[in-house]
Amino acid sequence: MSDADKKRLLREMIFFRRFEDRTFEAYMERKIGGFLHLYSGQEAVATGVLEQAVVGKGSENDYVITGYRDHIHAIKTGAPPREVMAELYGKETGSSKGRGGSMHIFDASQNFMGGYALVGQPFPLAAGLALGCKHKGTKQIAICFLGDGANNQGTFHETMNMAAIWDLPVLFVCENNGYAIGTHIDRSTAQPDQYKRVDQAYNMKSSQHDGMDIDNVMEAAKTAIDYVRNESKPYFIEFMTYRFRGHSMSDAKGYRTKEEEAEWEKRDPIKIYSKKLIEAGIVKQADIKAMEKEIDDEIENDIIKFAEESPEPKVEELTKYVLDDNPDPRWIGPLQK
Amino acid sequence: MAETAYWEAIRRAHDEEMARDPLVIAMGEDIGVAGGTYKATSGLYEKYGETRIVDCPISENSYTGIGIGASMTGMRPVIEIMSINFALLALDTIVNAAAKIRYMSGGQIACPIVMRTPGGTAHQLAAQHSARLARMFMSTSGLRVVTPRGPLDAYGMLKSAIRSNDPVIIIEHEQMYNLKEDIPDEEYFRPLEGAEVVREGSDITLIGYNYSVHLCLQAAERLAKDGISAEVVDLRSLKPIDRETIRKSVEKTHKVLVAEEDEAPVGVGSEIITGIMEDCFFALDSQPVRIHAADVPVPYNHKLEKAAIPNADDVYHGALKVMGKI
Repeated sequence: MSDADKKRLLREMIFFRRFEDRTFEAYMERKIGGFLHLYSGQEAVATGVLEQAVVGKGSENDYVITGYRDHIHAIKTGAPPREVMAELYGKETGSSKGRGGSMHIFDASQNFMGGYALVGQPFPLAAGLALGCKHKGTKQIAICFLGDGANNQGTFHETMNMAAIWDLPVLFVCENNGYAIGTHIDRSTAQPDQYKRVDQAYNMKSSQHDGMDIDNVMEAAKTAIDYVRNESKPYFIEFMTYRFRGHSMSDAKGYRTKEEEAEWEKRDPIKIYSKKLIEAGIVKQADIKAMEKEIDDEIENDIIKFAEESPEPKVEELTKYVLDDNPDPRWIGPLQK
Repeated sequence: MAETAYWEAIRRAHDEEMARDPLVIAMGEDIGVAGGTYKATSGLYEKYGETRIVDCPISENSYTGIGIGASMTGMRPVIEIMSINFALLALDTIVNAAAKIRYMSGGQIACPIVMRTPGGTAHQLAAQHSARLARMFMSTSGLRVVTPRGPLDAYGMLKSAIRSNDPVIIIEHEQMYNLKEDIPDEEYFRPLEGAEVVREGSDITLIGYNYSVHLCLQAAERLAKDGISAEVVDLRSLKPIDRETIRKSVEKTHKVLVAEEDEAPVGVGSEIITGIMEDCFFALDSQPVRIHAADVPVPYNHKLEKAAIPNADDVYHGALKVMGKI
């Protein structure tokens, strides 16, 4: 990877952190409603995995799907950040035209197939996206990002089984942040090593890796993605990570200690990567400061401005998009009397 | 025209649509190698192979979800769920995903899946194989729910459902798979929307859907012998409901009965009669009547089962009540 690309990756991760921080502020100002789940701390996973996938190339992209902590996955796949922010503001210019909100970011033009509030739901949907790719004979794959908490849903087991028996080209990325909402994995899950839950049980390749060092993530993801694409078989990859903020905005984090948080913050993916790039002489501390300033300006003067100034959806269009708005009368009717 | 059984009509629709469009696939338990519980895909595994007639493990929620995911890439999966009771396991992917993805994505992504499932009592299948549940699906925004009453609609509506861009639930009935009817030899389509007057009359409107249309038709025969002219309306679609056809019929007959095989609370009858109150209350000359199942899990014992589920006799007597004859 070139120095320019390394610098770009660092900038992306800083951007993702600042983007989420800014949504936090907007939430406190009540510009954003509903639930808001932030990705801070886990940036190396989505950034590193998707760096190895086909993203940002429109309809040629691999399919990407995830749960409700979805802003960053959407952006890295190719959704314009200003549209993601506008969605959080509930605006007509938002990714989902203000109908979805934080938990339901979609960008079909980039094959970003959504954020879902039911944590087990993306498993089968992802397998279905993969089935579509396989059936049509494209070289695309489906990538499903979910947390460790989702693995206690029945759909996890049902889908691992079907993905394996049908050889579906799907990569399941488990972002193991140690907590199912506010319950520690040791108290919710009999086998805390998630990758062990699929290898013997569903005869599927799987592995576990550190998820805080983006170089590690990229290396492991490349192997897994190459396998899925070339062999047309599923793979389950687990990354050990940590979310720096609560589960959602209403979470006081009473279930974990300050000491634990401090330990993980030492392994902040942005700190780790910044240090590496500084040591390699690719960036200087001053470059990072300048980067942060430039990112903050972009977020404030372009992204937030766009979200603030965009119109809300029209109330007259409340019932648009429930069903096909231009149905073919031959199939839909009404019945000719 | 050829006499065709309900299951043969479904099979023919699958076959023609799969031959036309390689993106059409069928998924379900035992539909391939085993030939299908209702024979609705018999012979098609041999013709189209395992990637298009997909035998699924007993994992209703996830194979339905896989079908939905595939439909998001433009495929047209037809999913068979062996009993509507088992469709409860797939409620998450049907109600939370298929029905909502178009809306939550701001119209970007369609989920053109078809889910076929029999909903109705057969012969002593007891509580966990006899649910009807149409009322549950018809209350969900973002779905189409249709109830073909015979082979003509079973073929024509399945073809339309496969081609429509919406998620469609087709509720069939275990007691109708062998029902025969003449249907055209050439290809045709029957639209998913619109109720149909299947027997014209002037004294009372009997409204049914799915199997209960046949109960209404049998009752209408008996009523005719008593000199009562009953009009029978088949709803055909429970989501959306064609209120216009109902209103026109009620404004003609001024009396109405709704027959449903399901339990009454929050049911098809409640919905239809409320619509009549809103649309043409002053056209009514007498109180509407609902004919429906007893509010119990369906019992195994044959006598108890018969007592729980409405029959043509119940519809006939209900109609006499509306007419003020009893």
